[in-house]
Amino acid sequence: MRFGTVKHIAPAMPALLFLAVFFAWPLIEIGRVSFATAAFGRGATPLTVLGDPAYLGILAFTCWQAALSTLLTLLAGLPIALAFARYRFAGQRFWRAVAVVPFVMPTVVVAAAFSALLGPRGAVNQLLQSLFGLEQPPIQLLGSLPLVLLAHVFYNVAVVIRVVGGFLTNLSPHLEEAAANLGANRWQVARSVLLPLALPAVGAAAALTFLFTFSSFGVMLILGGARFATLEVEIYRQATQMLRLDVAASLAVIQMAVTLLTGWASARLEAGVPLEAQSIGQPRRRPSTPAERALVWGSLAFVILVLLTPMATLVMRSFDWEGGPPWRYYAALGQNVRGALFFVPPQVAIGNSLLFAFATMLLTMLLGVPLVYALARLRRGQLLEAILLLPLGSSAVALGLGFLVAFDQPPLDLRTSVVLLPIAHTLVALPFFVRAALPAFRALDQRLREAARGLGAGPLQVMRHIDLPLLAPSLTAAAIFAFAVSLGEFGASLLIARPEYPTMPVAIYRFLGQPGALNYGQALAMSSLLMLVTASSAALIEWLRPR
Amino acid sequence: MRAYSLLLLTTFVLSACAIQAPPPRAPAQPRTLTVMTHDSFSASEAVIAEFEQTHNAKVVVLKSGDAGSTLNKAILSKDAPLADVLYGVDNTFLGRALAADILEPYSSPALAAIPDRFKLDPQNRLLPVDYGHVMINYDKAFLQAKGLNPPASLRALTEPQWKGLLVVENPATSSPGLAFLLATIAAFPEGSAYDWRQFWRDLRANEVYVSPDWSDAYYNQFSGSSGKGPRPLVVSYATSPAAEVFFSEGKLQAPPTGNVEGTAFEQIEFVGILKGTKNRDLAEKWVDFMLSRRFQEDIPLQMFVYPVLPEAALPEVFVKFGQPPAQFFTLPTAEIDRGRERWIEEWERIVLK
Repeated sequence: MRFGTVKHIAPAMPALLFLAVFFAWPLIEIGRVSFATAAFGRGATPLTVLGDPAYLGILAFTCWQAALSTLLTLLAGLPIALAFARYRFAGQRFWRAVAVVPFVMPTVVVAAAFSALLGPRGAVNQLLQSLFGLEQPPIQLLGSLPLVLLAHVFYNVAVVIRVVGGFLTNLSPHLEEAAANLGANRWQVARSVLLPLALPAVGAAAALTFLFTFSSFGVMLILGGARFATLEVEIYRQATQMLRLDVAASLAVIQMAVTLLTGWASARLEAGVPLEAQSIGQPRRRPSTPAERALVWGSLAFVILVLLTPMATLVMRSFDWEGGPPWRYYAALGQNVRGALFFVPPQVAIGNSLLFAFATMLLTMLLGVPLVYALARLRRGQLLEAILLLPLGSSAVALGLGFLVAFDQPPLDLRTSVVLLPIAHTLVALPFFVRAALPAFRALDQRLREAARGLGAGPLQVMRHIDLPLLAPSLTAAAIFAFAVSLGEFGASLLIARPEYPTMPVAIYRFLGQPGALNYGQALAMSSLLMLVTASSAALIEWLRPR
Repeated sequence: MRAYSLLLLTTFVLSACAIQAPPPRAPAQPRTLTVMTHDSFSASEAVIAEFEQTHNAKVVVLKSGDAGSTLNKAILSKDAPLADVLYGVDNTFLGRALAADILEPYSSPALAAIPDRFKLDPQNRLLPVDYGHVMINYDKAFLQAKGLNPPASLRALTEPQWKGLLVVENPATSSPGLAFLLATIAAFPEGSAYDWRQFWRDLRANEVYVSPDWSDAYYNQFSGSSGKGPRPLVVSYATSPAAEVFFSEGKLQAPPTGNVEGTAFEQIEFVGILKGTKNRDLAEKWVDFMLSRRFQEDIPLQMFVYPVLPEAALPEVFVKFGQPPAQFFTLPTAEIDRGRERWIEEWERIVLK
């Protein structure tokens, strides 16, 4: 290796070391235990598993539903990303914050919202039935693939809005204007100028969405009505119910191979795109032509109908409309009626959630910024980029069990340490951060920096006046998602046996574990608080962003 | 950048305030007893505090996922145990737990007061703590509006009047789902003219709905609880109707749901001392305590199951609305252990594929 490469890659070392210790090692350990211990299996390997048509079927289904979900999410998300990045309209901050909220919602709560809206006795069916005098509910979506796809769009559209939107914000409009002056119509401009220019960000958003839906667990289980299984669902089933760790580990290896392939393909694709330099502070303007207004209004309509309505339904249901104070479920959150040991006052759950989310964001940025800086300068970094995506497409079950067997000796007996939580969250957040921030880092205009230096600016001044403003929108998007990944407890619920540091999602699941109006009401009240905390955190992070 | 540091600081301070300060140390350093258990474990603060005071101990509870995950984690960490005591293994997992050789025998003196039918491990590596019944609940209002009587038996569920009205949980991902599958296997044994496979084929033809877990089944699919789903029959617990009354905070005088007799499977939950514990004496005290009247009487309203100790008094809401069913199905643990994996796979082929 040339000295130059070593020097380039040095800033990436902390992140790579982190991944080696907390990702690679646990997986290798659990792999060793799974394949080598007779008590946990009967000699299945990735190859024998691939030879079984049942598992091949699951692999094929997992891939195509993820591809379809990604396509739909892009179709819905790209126009919204453009509308949010380019145009100014009332309540824009609010809508941008709202769009992040689905990302953190527990699946079973989202399922409750969808069935309240689209179920046989849901609002939409009742409306249609009374409008057209129908006997049977016309929409039968529960337990079907369309509902799964809808939920995948619901969860992931924010990824497209933020990642692509962050990139578009600083994209200079000159080329588009030039094309328009040369007589290209709006559609031609969008297709042959804007889309290619935004391709690195679109590719990043697509890769992230694909991986999130590829390893879909809760959505598939709950909204798919148990008939559909992804690899992740099958791994969970084999590992926790059958104790067939050999099969589970084999499937996990296959899942990681697909992840690696996806990551590599998308990195190749992005690397082949020439980058248009970004320029600072492109002003948003009011939509002026009918087409622009249609774009903005259409985007808002989508956000309201698909994102806001289900959430509003939950908030409505978190109040008691049948007499007595409507906010009684909120009041009950603070009362330990049964004197239960595991009672969590809401402020503690919120505090824990915020603390972990903040720790995750901080750790992710500390590791991620130098990493992305190094990656942006690396000429042949595609394989490394693909490897960095791995945690996103790896089985949370496998990783959780891996932690259990890997960290059982001092000084790293972390199995029950609360530190594992932000670490686990960071594993998921880091690939996200890299993908969301890399396009902007690559597009940094070196001429601007050189010009600033030529005018006598020191390195710090260059960073403050050139780098930060140019990177800020993308970095903010990346940071918000690192925060949200942690608030939503991605995968971590399967991790570890941990002592009592209950977060909001943990409290929600606890309420939903017992029957009764009070439990259900409190679960929805806590969910509403989670939405509030998420939206306001996202808005706050954005508001604080360096400009 | 300043703004970011400000955000950093405020969030940190806010969060730090919210996390409770550690309790002040007792004069003599208390010993720590670690209990590994599933996510549904609950107990009264006062009851645990009593144990801690009596034995100068600090009880740390490690919640480790559902019952299956908890056991698997205990097995995987066999060489470096995470805890002193394991609670929450039930009769459907008993065989696996014993075969994995992770528990030490302990013949607690407290066992003398507990009926023999709960003692499934003759070597007392796993000691019974509580029991409950997975069974079908029905929505009273729904059935009344349609002029229906609750199904008379399991077999009745395959009749056309119940078409599309039953929700069950997937036995591959849910413990009540597995218990209900076992009930049907006990009711329609293999080798009989109408076996459980035929029963499930008929249920599928009758459009049974499969949920992945209890929460989704009960709140999103079942019509009788707060979620107001579309279906009036759900696989839940014998105590769910009583819990509906208890958690209505006085709004309900009688349960909105009832139990369908003849559909119950008995689940017994066990506690055991993990091999390799360095606190064997304290672990024994904990096991004794779980079997004592104080803890046993705390069980019903915390976990909505029944204490195994006959002399433990039941709370009023249990006496009124939550009596154990007169009849229930059960299967020998050895048979469950041999059959579980195959049954689940067959069930999936019959019902889902």
